[in-house]
Order: sequence, then structure tokens, then C-alpha cells
Amino acid sequence: MKIESGLLYSKNDEWVRIEGDTATIGITDYAQSELSDIVFAEVSIEEGESVEAGDCIGTVESVKAASDIYTPVAGTVAAINEAIADEPEIINKDAFGAAWFIKVTLDGPVDESDLMDAAAYEKYCAEREH
Amino acid sequence: MFIPHTESEREEMLKSIGVEKIEDLFAAIPEQHRFPKLGMLHGMTEMEASAQLKEMAEANLSLSNAVCFLGAGAYYHYIPAAIDNLISRGEFYTAYTPYQPEISQGTLQGIFEYQSLIARLTGMDCANASHYDGATACAEAGILAYHQFRGKRKEILVSPGLHPHYQSVMRTYLSDFDGMYMISPTFNSLEDVNPQKLIDAVDENTAMVMVQYPDFFGQIFDFSELAEACHAKGALLCVCVNPIALGLLKTPGEMGADVVVGEGQPLGIPLSYGGPYLGIFATRKELIRKVSGRIVGQTVDNRGQKSYVLTLTAREQHIRREKATSNICSNQGLNALTAAIYLSLLGKEGLREVAGLCYNKAHYAAKKISELKGYEILNPGPFFHEFVVKCPKPVDELQEHLLEHGILGGYDLSGSYPVFENCLLIAVTEMNSKQDIDDLCLVLKGGHHHHEH
Amino acid sequence: MSTKPTTGNEQKTIFELSSAGRRGMRYPKCDVPETELPAGLLREDLPLPELSEADVVRHFTNLSELNYSLDNGFYPLGSCTMKYNPKIDEKLSRLDGFVNVHPLQPIETVQGSLLLMYELQGMLQRVSGMDACTLTPAAGAHGEFSGVKTIVAWHQAQGHDKRKVMLIPDSAHGTNPATSAMSGLVVKPVPTDARGNIDLEKLAPLCNDELAGIMITNPNTLGLFDEHIVEVNEMVHKAGGLVYGDGANMNALLGIARPGDLGFDVMHFNLHKTFATPHGGGGPGSGPICAKAFLADFIPGPVACVLEEETEELPPLYGLKMPEESMGQVRSFWGHFGVMVKAYVYILMEGEEGLRRVSEYATLNANYLMAALKKVYPLPFDRPCMHEFVLEGKLPNAPEVRALDIAKRLMDYKFHPPTNYFPLIVHEALMIEPTETENKQVLDEFIEALLAIAKEAEEDPQLLHDAPLTTPFGRMDEVKAAKDLILTA
Repeated sequence: MKIESGLLYSKNDEWVRIEGDTATIGITDYAQSELSDIVFAEVSIEEGESVEAGDCIGTVESVKAASDIYTPVAGTVAAINEAIADEPEIINKDAFGAAWFIKVTLDGPVDESDLMDAAAYEKYCAEREH
Repeated sequence: MFIPHTESEREEMLKSIGVEKIEDLFAAIPEQHRFPKLGMLHGMTEMEASAQLKEMAEANLSLSNAVCFLGAGAYYHYIPAAIDNLISRGEFYTAYTPYQPEISQGTLQGIFEYQSLIARLTGMDCANASHYDGATACAEAGILAYHQFRGKRKEILVSPGLHPHYQSVMRTYLSDFDGMYMISPTFNSLEDVNPQKLIDAVDENTAMVMVQYPDFFGQIFDFSELAEACHAKGALLCVCVNPIALGLLKTPGEMGADVVVGEGQPLGIPLSYGGPYLGIFATRKELIRKVSGRIVGQTVDNRGQKSYVLTLTAREQHIRREKATSNICSNQGLNALTAAIYLSLLGKEGLREVAGLCYNKAHYAAKKISELKGYEILNPGPFFHEFVVKCPKPVDELQEHLLEHGILGGYDLSGSYPVFENCLLIAVTEMNSKQDIDDLCLVLKGGHHHHEH
Repeated sequence: MSTKPTTGNEQKTIFELSSAGRRGMRYPKCDVPETELPAGLLREDLPLPELSEADVVRHFTNLSELNYSLDNGFYPLGSCTMKYNPKIDEKLSRLDGFVNVHPLQPIETVQGSLLLMYELQGMLQRVSGMDACTLTPAAGAHGEFSGVKTIVAWHQAQGHDKRKVMLIPDSAHGTNPATSAMSGLVVKPVPTDARGNIDLEKLAPLCNDELAGIMITNPNTLGLFDEHIVEVNEMVHKAGGLVYGDGANMNALLGIARPGDLGFDVMHFNLHKTFATPHGGGGPGSGPICAKAFLADFIPGPVACVLEEETEELPPLYGLKMPEESMGQVRSFWGHFGVMVKAYVYILMEGEEGLRRVSEYATLNANYLMAALKKVYPLPFDRPCMHEFVLEGKLPNAPEVRALDIAKRLMDYKFHPPTNYFPLIVHEALMIEPTETENKQVLDEFIEALLAIAKEAEEDPQLLHDAPLTTPFGRMDEVKAAKDLILTA
């Protein structure tokens, strides 16, 4: 399982990369491997919409499981990655890279109280293995 | 009765479990509630049960011994002999849901063919493996509309021509459903069922417009303009069909419908006092993930053979639980198979023929009845095989009189629709001969005269 | 028994078999003058297949032979109660006087059907210890919906606007939370304790003034009778909630215990499980609900009733009525009458003693299998089970083998696999329900097969990963199916 340092992680297995006032959001490598072969993914919000932390932004499905995706940060949706709907398998191949879901222009400083850093997330995943 | 154990086998089994008697297995049940008397009779033998059931069945008036002009959502059609023969095969009817595709290809390919036939018949891209009946299919269409707009559009605009039971079931399903509600144009006469009334009413709050084709009163309209009006406002159009009529009529797909539902009972399924029937559900491909219920897809097995599996299961309750599109976890498997066999047997020409017979006989009946003094056909435009007759006296009196002549005279509309006082809804199918229709007219006429003297 | 898997078992579709101009059904010539069809309302093409009757009969007969069914053999599918379906039930349900009856015929002409429905309602009330019954729901999940909406309607009538929480044990079927959500309720899970009972400590704080009710399957999906069921129901009642009984597992309780006595307020039956009506490859089922007297006015309808009492000259007149404050109508007409006939015949033939024997022997068979299999397969909750039990399909000495592999390998031994991966609270679950209609020889062969598979799992795990090998089809590519989405021919 891959975990990338420098990102923030949610308990629902989303990652957030913050660069300036832009946050990029995706699902973690742990999440994709738990789902196994992903056959469908969609972003259910549109560019320009404003979102609160915890809002549902999309869905991923494998043959055996389905999961809703939530944004861990608040802001305005700046970009949506069309590639994940066209080729959902890229989520299995490159969860932290090509398979980002949305970019959000942040409203202000990110509330990190419910988020984890890479080390804490690694521990969180290890606990769930049992 | 159907327990095969011998006494010595039972003793052996108890011994290997390590208990003395069967009662010992029920220690977890509170003693005061254990082994209650139910107050049932002693069991019957097969011969006794057969005799009793035969007597009960004979207490009913079978349509085999009557002439039937009753429709109103359930229709008396001829069922080809091959159907009962095939669906009575234990391999079909004693199997469970095809969760193990390796040993369920019979059921799975049967459903795949059913889906294909329904898609072709309705002119849509795809169909699911079926819902319980026409009414619940309508309700599930309303729920699809809710999900399509993520709860942002709450209104379902319902044609007054939709079967009253379907309206009632939709209301049950959509009450307490996050604020969803149904509205209909005012309804004072058949003129009010015209799609123009819906075109005028559809707006940005409308999630779905629901119409019936032919409608409850038998009328047929082209919904193409309504479809355009719906799409202009971003709403979905759902058309509830009688599949037999589609043997002749322009498909909802051609008109631009987004969802097609319907009661599949006319496709080879007996009337059986109201069920089990078959809920047809077909859509455009873009909506398939919003569809509830089972769906079968084609794939290959690990030996490279073309085969079929239940697919898109991640929408369903066993995975999504409270977030599922619906709680449904079955389909009308055997009834869907029946419909597939029926459509295969009749085929292109057979379905056209049966639809043509219904149409022609209904129009002959309407013409003959309209010539009777005091009777009037209320349908202002084209109809398929059902129509509304205004009678010169209360329908229940007429029906009683008809029944004396072995005729089930149609459905009394005055009960559900105050505006249709003394109105009878008459359905005619291939089961009605010219003689039956002439007899109906004769008795209707006689009934009238009888009243006058 | 390993052989090279066969291929070439694919069947052409009816569309591939079609030949233009062929006919399978002809109708009499039209005996009335023809009327012109409405121009502009006609379809251009009717792309249905064209086949002879023999083509159709052979095609569907060949398809049927690719199915495994109860008539082929043992079907120990947990929570589905795949018991033998008596042939007499089928025969009597097809009597002309039942089949060729229109649902809107005047009630005087359908007294046989109404009498059957009225008596079946009474039978189900007696079995459940309840006071009212409606036969309209079309399936188990549909019964759940009807029952939960009955609870909602009752709360609304009492002015309980705040009661929106439905408690659901974590062992429950997925239909329970889906049903509650459809009924506008908020679902809160309740954990299971180490003995497989509802965890009373965790339940206590959830019993508050937001509680609408709890949905309980008892025996639960582990096949265990909840040892505190009366206490649980009292806690919920005390907090003002109602108790819904999921009747999926009623095959364990006929004449053994009545849900009404245990404190349940409303419940559904699955006629296609408990009362031996066939599953039809996925339906039709039938899911009547029974309720206590205080809910009788709220259940869906119409229900069969006596309209005019019996007199010296005349038998009673049966009819249909809508309960006064009914939560509504849940389907068109009156329910799956054809299914009701089969269940009615089954109950008539079992009678008071027979019904109890059904549950006794279903429980005996399950405990017999459990006692033999727990020696090899881990049993997470080790106490006497009711009509079914759950093993772990994870063998200590075969770490790579999963429940799925064991299930698939069972097909090579000519058995239908048990339910797997449910309930969710057991890792790699194998849920086994033998039912009372299986004899000791069948059960012994099944035990031998599972013990042989456990051995194979250690010695040759690849064999299990490749299974099934002797069936006409092998494992399917489900990912391809979901990605390609070929849903029509």
C-alpha cells in the first residue's frame, strides 16, 4: 500500500493536496485496494459550485462494493477530472496522481482538526487490517 | 408431511449433536413462550386438500365460463400452451435468484432475452429484470427521478389518465420521501387528459412527468411534443405502457421518453385474481445506474464462453444498505420468463396480429354500442382496446343484468371518478368474438328497454 | 474428480435463432370489419424474433438444463429457506377457477378466492400470534416496506413528529436499512455481542425519545435465537418505539414460538420461504404482514373480510376493505394470489402438528450439520443454532483459500453453495440452511464434500481457485460485465 507524505488524509480515505489556495482531492491507495477493480466513478457536483467540508462530491463502485466520496475541505469547485469517469481503472493504477477527483479553491485556511498526516493515516489503515 | 426422516435416523442425528430429544435444541426460547398451541386444524392428505381446493375454485366464476369485457389494468388474453409447459419445468421455477452464475445460466440468459425483448418492444436502450407490477414500477420511476436530480426537484407531474391504483401506490411510496410530491391537472372530463395540459404545467420544479399509453381510459396520444417540453425544462418523461398495444403503436422511445414502465401481465401471464404480475422498467442507457432492481449483463467465463451475470449490483441494498436506490431484492423471475416466451412465440407477426385483433374488435364494439339508444362513447380521440361508455342507468344495475347472461360487463368508473356517473370502461381483446360483442349489445339494449317498461 | 472443463456450452439467443417469416403462433381471422389505424401513431418496425413453436420450446428447455434447482438437489442457501416445493401446490394453484379470474370481478363471483385469502390471513395470524393481516405485499422486502410504513403511519397519527430513528442490528439483511431509508427514517446500527445477541448495553442509550422502532430478525442471520429478545422488545416499547419482525427466518419458529408473544408489533412472512412456495428463479414471492390489534387500522390494504355474516340460509359474504387509517396501497389489486394458493395448500396439509415438525426438523438438520462441520471449519458463535448457522470459510491451514473458493468447489460435488459473505459481521461467512426436507443421506454427503474440500484446500489450493470445473460454465468476468454493460442482444 502506498501512502504519500505531504498530503492530508480523512477518515473516509480521501486525500487532500494543498498548493496555495487550491486543494486537490482524491481517494487513497488503501481505498482503491479495498474496493478492488473499480468499474465506475463519477463526480456529482459541477464546476463553480461551493462545497462545505463533508459534502458528498461523487461515487466509486467496484463489482462488490460502492463508496461515496466526500470533500474534506470547503471552497469552490475549480476543476473536475473527467478522466476518472471515462477510465475508472486509473483509480486502481494511480490513486494519488492521474486519478484526482476535483480541485477546490479554498475559502480560507483549512480546518485540519479532523484530518491526519501520512504517519497517522498509515497507523489508521494498519488498525483496520485486523 | 414433507419431512423424510425415519425414527432411527432422527435418534442417530440427535446422538451425534449430543442432545437427547429435539425439544432440547430450543432452550434459548423463553419457556413460557415455547411450543404454543396455534389453533390450526390437523394436517390434510393430498387427496383431501385437492378436494377442498377444487370446491373453492369452483365457487369462483371462471372466465372460461363467461364473456369478459373487464380490463382496467388486467387483461384477458389467450395464453399459448407452450408457456405453461416451459415454466412448469422445475429447473426454472424451483431455482433461486441466480447468485451463482456458473449453475444459473438458464435463468440468466432468460432474463437477458427478456430485457432485450422489452427494450425492442418499447424502443428503449435497456430494461431491468422487472419490478413487482405496473404500479410499483411507476413508483420506482418516481424514485429514479428523485435520484436523477439528487433531491433538488421534488415534483412528479402525473397525468389523470394514469391508472388510479398506480397513482395510489406512487403516493404511498413518495410520502415521507424527502418532500417528494405529486400533482395533476384538474380532471373533469376526458378532454383534460390531453398532453397539452401537461405541457402547460411542466416547469423547472418538475422532476418527472408520468403518462400512460394507452391511458386508463384507453386513449392514445403522441407524446413527442410533451417529451420536447419536458426536456426543455430539464424534466424526465416516463410513459407507462400496455405492452400488447406496442405491437402496433409508435414506441415511447421514438417519442423521446426517458423511462418506460408498464404492467406486463398481458404478455402470457394469467389474471389470477390480481397477481403475480410483471413490472416492466426500461430506460435510456444514461439512466441505467439510477435504475433499481436486478439487471443482467453479458460477459465471458474463464473458459472464454459467452455468458451472463447479475451486474451493477453496487446499486443494490445488500451493498449500499440505507443508501441503496430501492429495497427491492427480487424480480418477478418466472413472470419475466413467461413474457420472454410469449414474445418469442408470437414474434413480430403474432404480436401485430393480436394487437390488431384487440384494436379492431374494440372499435367494432364501440361503434355498435354507440348505435344503442341512450349509450354514448365518451372518448374524444383515438383509443386502443378500451373505451368509456356513458350508460342510461347506473352501471351496477346493468352489470347485474349482464352477469345473468354470463357477461362481465366492464369496470364501473363511477366508484373512483365522480365525474363518470353511469360510466362503464369496456375492454375488448382477441378473446371476444363478434358474437360476444353482439350479445353484449343485445343485453345492453334489453336492459335499457327493460328499465323503461 | 478433476477433469478438463468443458466448453461449447453457450446457447444462441432467440434473436440468433430467428428466421424471417417463421411463425410460432397464429390467431383466428378477424371476424369484425376492420377499422383504420390512427396514422402517425403507428410504429415503423417491430424487431421481435421469428421462431416456430418447436424452436422456442427447445431453446427454453435447453436453457433450463443449465440451471441448478431444488428439483436437482440440495440447496443449502442460508437465509433463503430452499425447501422442497410440493407438486400438489403447483397443480392446485393452476385450477381454472383460480387462474382465469379477473381481479375486478364482482365479489359475488369470486367468493372462492376471497374465502381462501380470508382463511390464509387467519392462519398467518395464528402462526405469528398477531391480530391482523394483509396479503398485498409482493415480496419480503415489500412486506418490510409495508410494515415499516405502518409504524411510521402510527407514529404520525399519535403526533410523534420527533420519532425518526430506526435501530437495526449489524447482522441484519441490507433490505432493513434500505427499507427504513425509503420510509423517511434515519438508520442507527446496534452491535451484536459475543454470544450473537443484540448488545443490551449499546442498545440502552439508543432507546430515547427519537426512537421510532427497531427491526429485528429473530432468529438472526447467524441462525441464533436472541436470548434477550423479550428484554430488548420491552426496552424499545418503554422508550416509545415499536418492534418490527423480519420474518425471513420464520422457518425456525412455526409452533416453536410466536413473535406476537415475544413482543413484536408487526412482521412480515415470506410465503416463498416458510410456506414452500417456489422461488421462480428470483420471484414471484409474497410478503404478507401481520400486526397487533392497535396497528390493524394502519396496515396496507385492501384486506379480505366478512362483509355479511353467515345466516341460517346463506354462507358469509366475503369482500375486500381498506383499513381505516391505512398507510396506503402498496401494489395494484390485492397481492400475489397465485402464490397465496400454494402457501394455503401447504399449511392445510401440515396442520397444527406438521408445522411444528417443520421447524423442529429444520433445526435438527442444521444442528446436525453444524456439529459435524465445526470440527474442521471455524464456528464464530458456538451454541445450538436454530434453522441455520454461519461458519467461517477460512481454514487455518489454507490461508489462500477464501469462502468464495469453497463455495465454487461445492458445485463440483453437485451441491448448490451456501450463502457467502453474509452476514457482514462474520469474516468470510458461509451461511448454511439445510431445511427440514433434506434426508440424512443428503446431509451426510454434504458433510463429506465439505470435509473433502477442506483437505483439498490444504493440499491443492489452486484446484479451489479454479473451481468449478465440472459445471457447463466456469467463473464469470464480473468486472467486464460491469464495464462493458452489454444489457441487450
